Parts: sequence; C-alpha cells; structure tokens
Amino acid sequence: MAVLVFLDHESGIIRQASRSAVTAARALGEVHALVTGDASVAEAAARIDGVAKVLRAAGAAAAHELAEPLAAVIADLAPAYSHIVAASGASGKNVLPRAAALLDVQPIPDVVSIVDADTFVRPIYAGSALATVKSSDAKKVLTVRASSFDPAPAEGGAAPIEQVTVPEGPALSEFVSIALSQSERPELESARVIVSGGRGMQNEENFKLLNPLADRLGAAIGASRAAVDAGFVPNDYQVGQTGKIVAPELYIAVGISGAIQHLAGMKDSKIIVAINKDPEAPIFQVADYGLVGDLFDILPQVEAALDKAG
Amino acid sequence: MKVLVPVKRVIDFNIKPRVKADGTGVETAGVKMSMNPFDEIAVEEAVRLKEKGIATEVVAVSVGVQQAQDTLRTAMAMGADRAILVLTDVAVEPLGVAKILKALVAKESPDLVLLGKQAIDDDMNATGQMLAGLLGWAQGTFASKIEIADGKATVTREIDGGLETLTLALPAIVTADLRLNEPRYASLPNIMKARKKPLETIAPADLGVDVTPRLTIVSVAEPPARQQGIKVESAADLVARLRNEAKVI
Ligand SMILES: Cc1cc2nc3c(=O)[nH]c(=O)nc-3n(C[C@H](O)[C@H](O)[C@H](O)COP(=O)(O)OP(=O)(O)OC[C@H]3O[C@@H](n4cnc5c(N)ncnc54)[C@H](O)[C@@H]3O)c2cc1C
Ligand SMILES: Cc1cc2nc3c(=O)[nH]c(=O)nc-3n(C[C@H](O)[C@H](O)[C@H](O)COP(=O)(O)OP(=O)(O)OC[C@H]3O[C@@H](n4cnc5c(N)ncnc54)[C@H](O)[C@@H]3O)c2cc1C
Repeated sequence: MAVLVFLDHESGIIRQASRSAVTAARALGEVHALVTGDASVAEAAARIDGVAKVLRAAGAAAAHELAEPLAAVIADLAPAYSHIVAASGASGKNVLPRAAALLDVQPIPDVVSIVDADTFVRPIYAGSALATVKSSDAKKVLTVRASSFDPAPAEGGAAPIEQVTVPEGPALSEFVSIALSQSERPELESARVIVSGGRGMQNEENFKLLNPLADRLGAAIGASRAAVDAGFVPNDYQVGQTGKIVAPELYIAVGISGAIQHLAGMKDSKIIVAINKDPEAPIFQVADYGLVGDLFDILPQVEAALDKAG
Repeated sequence: MKVLVPVKRVIDFNIKPRVKADGTGVETAGVKMSMNPFDEIAVEEAVRLKEKGIATEVVAVSVGVQQAQDTLRTAMAMGADRAILVLTDVAVEPLGVAKILKALVAKESPDLVLLGKQAIDDDMNATGQMLAGLLGWAQGTFASKIEIADGKATVTREIDGGLETLTLALPAIVTADLRLNEPRYASLPNIMKARKKPLETIAPADLGVDVTPRLTIVSVAEPPARQQGIKVESAADLVARLRNEAKVI
C-alpha cells in the first residue's frame, strides 16, 4: 500500500520539513502527497523528487490548513494507505492526531528513526530517553522530526495532480488572521548555522547584537524560552522541547544556561559553541567549544576574528 | 459556562529523568512528581475565566494512579471547584485518555475543555486534538491567548512562522501553550480549602471505555552522549578551531 504524506506550506511555499517527511515516508512505500492551497502549491509538490502522486484539497474549507476539514479529508483517504505521515511542525501536530482519532489509531509523534513498518523510535522526556515503540494499529499515523531525515530534493519529480473533495461538515473553526514574523534570514529548521540568544542578552535592544554575527555566518537566529517570554524576540524563534527542534552544522548559544528543555531542541547539532560568563553553566556540558566570559565583550571579538580570518 | 481541565501527573520538570537499567522505561519510583506545567497553565486560564465571570464551574480531571489525587488537589488549590480521578494503574495512551474524556464530556456537558498542549513526559502533543476529533468539536491548539464572547472562542495560536488567530464555535477544545499565562502559586489557605473540595473516583470501566494500549514499548534507551568538549581561551582561538578543526565555517 502507498503512504500518504501531508505537506504543509507557509504562504504558498512547501516547508523544507515536509520534504524531510517525504524522505521518511519513502522508506515505507510509494509516496502520495496531500496539499492544500493554490494550484502552485500542488505543482511544487509534484516536482518533489520521490512523490508519485499529488492530491490537492482545494477550496475555502481546506484553506489555512484548518484541522477540522483536513482531518476529515485524511480520514476519507485513509483506506488506501498503510501509513499517514507529516512533519512534526505546528501544522502536522495540529491535524494528524485529530485524523488518527477519527481512524481509532494511536498516533506516533516525533519519529526520529524507522525500524520497520510497525516499529519506530521517538524521543520522550525532552529527549532524555529514546523509546522504541511498536504499533498494533492496522494503520499508522506518524509525525517525523525533520532534523532526522534529509529533505527530498525540491526538483526532480513530475507527479500527476488529482483534486480531492473536502467532506461537507459544519464550519467549526474560522480563520481570522495570521501574523508571520518577517525575516530575511534562513528558516531555523533548515539553517546550516544558528546563532541563539538567551536571557543573558538582557533586553530586546541588546538581542540585536547577535545580528552582525549572524550576518557574517549566514545564520538563522534562535532563542531560549526565557528570551521569548521576556519579549526580546517573537515566539517562533524558540528552540527547545516546546519550540523548534534543530540540528544545524553549527549552533552558537549566547547567554543561554542550557536547561534540559532547551538542550532538547539543539543537542543533535553537529558542533555546539557556548558563550557564557558562568563556567558552571550546563550548556558547557554539551558544547564542543566553550568560551567563558562576558558576551558583550566576546561578541565583538568574535566578529573581529571572523573578519580577520576573511 | 462549565470548563473541564484534564491534568496529568508527571515527573517534575526540574528533574533529569533516568532510564531504567533494564531498558523498559524511565525510573519513576521515588522521583518527585508534579502537575504537567502546561496543565498548570490550563488550570490558571480556566480559573481566570471563572474570576472574570465567564466560567461558572471548573472541573479538573486526571487519568492515572491513586497519587494523581495530589495533582487534582493542586488544581483545586489553584481554584478548580471539584475533581474527578479516573483511577488506573495501566499506562493510558492519548487515544485512551481521549476516549475517557469523551465519556466524561457526555456526563458533564462542559462548554470548553482546556488541556495542556503536551505532557512533558511522553511529549505526544496529541490528546486535545484527538478528543476534538472524537467529539467532532472545533479545536484551537497551542493557544497563547483566549477570548470568549457571544458563544465563540477567539484563540491566538503559536505556529511555526508566528501567530495565527481562529474563532471556534463552542463547545470547543483548546490546548494551552507556555505563553498563555503565568500560573499562580496556591496559597496555604487555598491548599487547606482544597482538601475539602469534592473529589470523585471512578474506573475507566465505569465509563465503558477500553484503554488497551496500541503501542508496546520495545525498549527505552539513553540517547548517545556527546563527546566532552573543550574550553577555548579567546575569540580568535574559537574562530580558528571552527575553521580548521571542526571545518564548519
Ligand atoms: C514545560 C517547559 C517547557 C520549556 N520549553 C522550553 C523550550 O522549548 N526552550 C527553552 O529554551 N526553554 C524551555 N523551557 C525553559 C527552560 O527550563 C529554561 O528556563 C530556559 O531555557 C532558560 O533560558 P536561558 O538559558 O536564556 O535563561 P537562564 O537560565 O536565565 O540563563 C541565562 C544565562 O546567561 C548567562 N549570562 C548572563 N549574562 C551574561 C553575560 N553578560 N555574558 C555571558 N553570559 C551571560 C548566565 O550565566 C546564564 O547561564 C521550558 C520550561 C518548561 C517548564
Ligand atoms: C505509570 C506509567 C508509566 C508509563 N511509562 C511509559 C513509558 O515508559 N514510555 C511510554 O512511551 N509511555 C509510558 N506511559 C504512557 C504515557 O504516559 C501515555 O502515553 C501518556 O499518558 C499520554 O501521552 P502524553 O501524556 O504525552 O499526552 P499529551 O497528548 O502530550 O498530553 C496533552 C494533554 O492531555 C491531557 N492529558 C494527557 N494525559 C492525561 C491524563 N492521564 N490525565 C489527564 N489529562 C491528561 C493533559 O491536559 C495534557 O497536557 C506510561 C504511563 C503510566 C501511567
């Protein structure tokens, strides 16, 4: 049987994380992609390498990826599929568990490794442990961690596109508005380098001191929960158990103590650098390179060293 | 308006969980347990709705072992009016919890069920959405703001790229994110008062719900440890090492 992958998009662009879900799904069978939105989204999905067919749920009910109509569409399509997969982003986590309930299936969230068609590895307790679980459900519903699977190439496929109808139902929820943070920088989940700031940045103004470093490295900017709660940066910057899970080549933590909930989101990064004035800060336990000192002194020095190195 | 708040007893968020030597799970014996932090936020929100005169009654529910009573007493000390413990010694998955909650919704007829977005032990982030699916109700997940007026809930949600606002027809399911509010500490007099508030205990079977798990745990293991790193002396040393040793810049 084929595998149904829900690809979520933001402003018409399919998220890179969803292409990672395609890679994960290919290990389980032929991939059919479900998308919402304009025809251009379906066309982009059809070009993804490894997608054999695209199903487009068009129309007002499916717009904005509302959970109620989308879960109903997925439940309608489910009989033809062995597995239903999405990236573990906000959209997949909103929609898939609801669809699973309609199918009387226990979902398997945040899969980091596929053992076989029934058996999956997922982190629990903020990544303090890895559980291998085997599902006895006839159909599997899973979300996968993008940081654990390489994204399928955006180009290379030429899949046919079919329309699917959204089942009629009462309008339970209604879209009002969306406020996306504007940034010229790479997306956190796909960035090669991330510069992340914590409470040690002190305030919104000082947080901007990370920009010159991020500019030099072509980095995305992340933050700890404390920095987001204090209003230094918007919510979508948060890295951690309850924020984004990232695994860049280089993660630079500046003024972040390294609470387990933060580590949960970044400890699979290839190289971790910590800049912190407290030599005992737990972040140093996971850092490959630690620099103890005042970040306000160190940041300009790092920039100067980068400029000198050219 | 009646609000139902499901609360889960979990290992305290300050404790680093240890994997059991036999690889069957995480050690919970003798470990400090507390209310799931997201559920504290859900309770706080429900109590604030009551203080604003929007909610008339707040009912806390927990599915779990006898000691989950403590969690329910905490919810009542924060301001919940009464509590229901669905007593079970088996590990109930979100599907089972959602089925139990659906049966309780049929009994209690709440207008709003406010859950945490995820429990910090199993990190499933599923129960609220599943309950909404089973009931055929609207859902507003990962809420950082809730307003109730004219039979509708307006919910601001934390999504990958920023914030989204939806209106939900009531009755509805809302799951709380971290920035919805800052939960209060229960005062001593309120802790005393909570002891006298009603706490009913029932069994999943009384609700006619089968909670047989669908997932079996094959093994639970520690994640691979990172290699011990080094402290560098200067910014120049750091940049040189990132370039020549780690080759990431
Ligand atoms: C349920 C739950 C979920 C959570 N989810 C997340 C999550 O997803 N992501 C997350 O990040 N957190 C999360 N947290 C919060 C987490 O527990 C920590 O509170 C948070 O990560 C701390 O942020 P911080 O390191 O920026 O702040 P702090 O712990 O206050 O650390 C600030 C650090 O900055 C250093 N510092 C200060 N001034 C300077 C200076 N001038 N120069 C150099 N260093 C300096 C200090 O030495 C300190 O180590 C969660 C908590 C709970 C309970
Ligand atoms: C003693 C025991 C040991 C376990 N050991 C393991 C283990 O080692 N590995 C493993 O994978 N699973 C284990 N489980 C199962 C695991 O706890 C369930 O899968 C879990 O109850 C549901 O996942 P979650 O809490 O992450 O749900 P989520 O969907 O993340 O929870 C979201 C929200 O739903 C509500 N909610 C969830 N559960 C309850 C509840 N029980 N009562 C009231 N409200 C609730 C809360 O509002 C919560 O914030 C164990 C369970 C028990 C009781």
